Amino acid sequence: MNRYPVWKYAIILIALVVGGLYALPNVFGEAPAVQVSVAKAALTLDASALTRVEEALKAAGIAADAVVQDGASIKARFADTDAQLKAKDAIQKALNPDAADPSYVVALNLLSRSPAWLTALNASPMYLGLDLRGGVHFMLQVDMPAALAKKAESLAGDIRSGFREKNVRHGGISRNGQTIEIRFRDAQTVEAAKRVIQDQFPDLVTVESADGADFKMVASIKPVAARNVQDQALKQNITTLHNRINELGVAEPVIQQQGLDRIVVQLPGVQDTAKAKDILGRTATLEIRMVDEGAEARSAETGNGPVPFGSERFLERNGQAVIVKKQVILTGENLTDAQPGFDNQTQEAAVHLTLDAKGARIFRDVTRESIGKRMAILLFEKGKGEVVTAPVIRSEIGGGRVQISGRMTTVEAADTALLLRAGSLAAPMEIIEERTIGPSLGAENIAKGFNSVTWGFVAVSIFMCAYYMLFGMISSVSLAFNLLLLVAVLSMLQATLTLPGMAAMALVLGMAIDANVLINERVREELRNGASPQAAIHAGYDRAWATIIDSNVTTLIAGLALLAFGSGPVRGFAVVHCLGILTSMFSGVFFSRGVVNLWYGRQKKLKSVSIGTVWRPDSANQVTTN
Amino acid sequence: MEFFKIRRDIPFMRHALVFNLISLVTFLAALFFLFSRGLHLSVEFTGGTLMEVSYSQPADLNAIRGAVAALGINDVQVQNFGTAQDVLIRMPVQKGSNSSQQSERVLSTLKAADASATLRRTEFVGPQVGDELAADGLKALAFVVTGIMLYLAIRFEWKFAVAAIIANMHDVIIILGFFAFFQWEFSLPVLAAVLAVLGYSVNESVVIFDRIRENFRRYRKMNTTQIIDNAITSTISRTIITHGSTQLMVLSMLLFGGATLHYFALALTIGILFGIYSSVFVAAAIAMWLGIQREDLVKGGMKKDEDPNDPNAGAMV
Repeated sequence: MNRYPVWKYAIILIALVVGGLYALPNVFGEAPAVQVSVAKAALTLDASALTRVEEALKAAGIAADAVVQDGASIKARFADTDAQLKAKDAIQKALNPDAADPSYVVALNLLSRSPAWLTALNASPMYLGLDLRGGVHFMLQVDMPAALAKKAESLAGDIRSGFREKNVRHGGISRNGQTIEIRFRDAQTVEAAKRVIQDQFPDLVTVESADGADFKMVASIKPVAARNVQDQALKQNITTLHNRINELGVAEPVIQQQGLDRIVVQLPGVQDTAKAKDILGRTATLEIRMVDEGAEARSAETGNGPVPFGSERFLERNGQAVIVKKQVILTGENLTDAQPGFDNQTQEAAVHLTLDAKGARIFRDVTRESIGKRMAILLFEKGKGEVVTAPVIRSEIGGGRVQISGRMTTVEAADTALLLRAGSLAAPMEIIEERTIGPSLGAENIAKGFNSVTWGFVAVSIFMCAYYMLFGMISSVSLAFNLLLLVAVLSMLQATLTLPGMAAMALVLGMAIDANVLINERVREELRNGASPQAAIHAGYDRAWATIIDSNVTTLIAGLALLAFGSGPVRGFAVVHCLGILTSMFSGVFFSRGVVNLWYGRQKKLKSVSIGTVWRPDSANQVTTN
Repeated sequence: MEFFKIRRDIPFMRHALVFNLISLVTFLAALFFLFSRGLHLSVEFTGGTLMEVSYSQPADLNAIRGAVAALGINDVQVQNFGTAQDVLIRMPVQKGSNSSQQSERVLSTLKAADASATLRRTEFVGPQVGDELAADGLKALAFVVTGIMLYLAIRFEWKFAVAAIIANMHDVIIILGFFAFFQWEFSLPVLAAVLAVLGYSVNESVVIFDRIRENFRRYRKMNTTQIIDNAITSTISRTIITHGSTQLMVLSMLLFGGATLHYFALALTIGILFGIYSSVFVAAAIAMWLGIQREDLVKGGMKKDEDPNDPNAGAMV
């Protein structure tokens, strides 16, 4: 009656082994580490970097527990944070001789201390949230109306030049919010204008109306196109943020889109919020200037002479100097887009730029006069300029579509396009939520959560053992198994564990014991009503099952609601809560039954079970079984 | 050990009216405080800046208040947090000034006054986020209520669903009433606790309803009141023990969890205590007054029940 087939035991055994394996890394914990990755796309992390790191550590006399290369980064693990900080400085000095222009990102990180065979199984400790490891969290809102207004502004300019080309006479074009208003004197021009807009601007819809004696046309951006603009703006801002955060030296930054117009940035371990905010809020500007190609400038370029008056010296990304005139031809405001692509004829990698109407006009005039000369596109960040690219002008370029090609790989093209976009387009952002957690607070929070779970668990176990004897002990073991499974699942999923998550862990253990109390009380009741021990165990488990399902489903509904509508701390709570309920069904019923079956199931003539006092109201003699 | 040596079914339902009057009074009091005093909402909901600053000696709150007010920031709340050395500073959203830089200005002022001041954490929430959080909270509540009602209506009967939800919403209101009366801070984790309590205390009612259904099948001769009394009596031991165990865990959180988990654990404690009361006395009584009867629960299920699990099927050992 109370026997499990072998396959059920096999499932329990497998769950035990797998759960144990994946929960194990949490026992080893994490050690302070230094992580090195490349700051520039042109560089790759090769074996020489690894040896340089090792040599730097040796020279500084710091013993690392392990130095490993893992994909695109080198990680060195240390025994304590002192060694970690010293090592960071040493590696920083060795790899980045020029502090103003770092080629490597050297960041503090935490690395699992678990042995290699565990790491090979992809088993890693639970991923700690910011409130447990310290760091900063920002939520930024992208100003979408501004992005759309900007787009409308540039479209208005394009329409103006479009009309000029087709000789459509209008009575004024103006931007009004996110729409463009165009006035006309007569109905024929309206028709002509409509054709031009339909042909050249597929992103716009137009509505005409009579305005006194005049005609008015209102063009607005189609919803689909507007969504595109918003998507672009968001992606653009995210890539820009990525580039900037690299500079901060954060090991595992999280930069994610949230909703339609928000970006969440989490920087574990960063304490200097002022600097982080400065970097996040910085705007890059783009300038197009002509390269000074006079004899004087040429000698200045090689470092053999002074920079001529009216020019400046900037470095290209590969470190080569370029002498550029001070006069600015165009700024990033005139650049509406930059995309990597290929040259139509040569199939070389290229960057395609789109200029707005004003930019296109100036660009055409400049290029007509300077065929064969070089122009430079400069990106200014923090007041420091850098030449992104300095191509030679081959022909007059009209229409606002510019292609830069030659001597470029596809990766470089993508990089350049990204840098160019970084200096333009991006819609303004505003910090709408910010959270900083100091490292000591993080460690304290871990201790608090850990203590809550431990002492709660101990108290419940002692009570269960005292009240239900052996059955209580089995209940406690299944509760421990529940905790093991929960930790294992959280480690496997790498779900973020926060302090509310640890509270959920404690709470879920308190709730999980409910299943065992239900079962044990039922078994007692059956015994009280005179059932034989084996029958009582069987009936107890079976009857309790329906109740356990019902009560867990209702709890799960609440958990899912929190998961669906919660954010931040509530979500952290909900994830653990829901997972805990699921694991408790397995451990509280399936696993504990297995243990009971193993213990009592074999005994054919079972006289008594150890479940504490079974009190009978009808007779004075209590049945105390042990 | 056995705590519950009950010889006869306790006639809970005879006093149902009294229990429900007590409930009603508590409920109305909670509602009254909720509306008259309102909840003391945390920065997460109202928007604003929160700073936790730690000193090496017990902090002089008045000096800190003065220093912050001197910066031209209005309505600043300064209080101890956990220990005398730790201070929590709350500032509402300031119009016109860049709120993300507010915390830095305050910290540098405090550092100038006392060099041992270190920033433990800051939180800045824009007003638009707060409104959304409140809306999301209400949505979650609506989801839980409809979800649970649907489930109970399918699994049991609509009368049970209504009874359970009334009983448990009353728990939620009472928790909120406590938070309003004592002006405890209502934060996001507290909201999570409240919703968790809703799920948890419904599960309590479910256990009793389950027993009621079983009793309807088992004891043909009892009337509804007797059936409910018997169901409550036979589940009371597990109700108390389960809640006791959960409360042990919550108590451990209250003791070891520190200031951050304090109100979370407090909300759970109130929820657990009133959860027992409401599911035992209120839910069953409401179900009784809604007129549950044997036919509601036992229809169609009779054939299936003649399995070895049915105690009336005869002795089978």
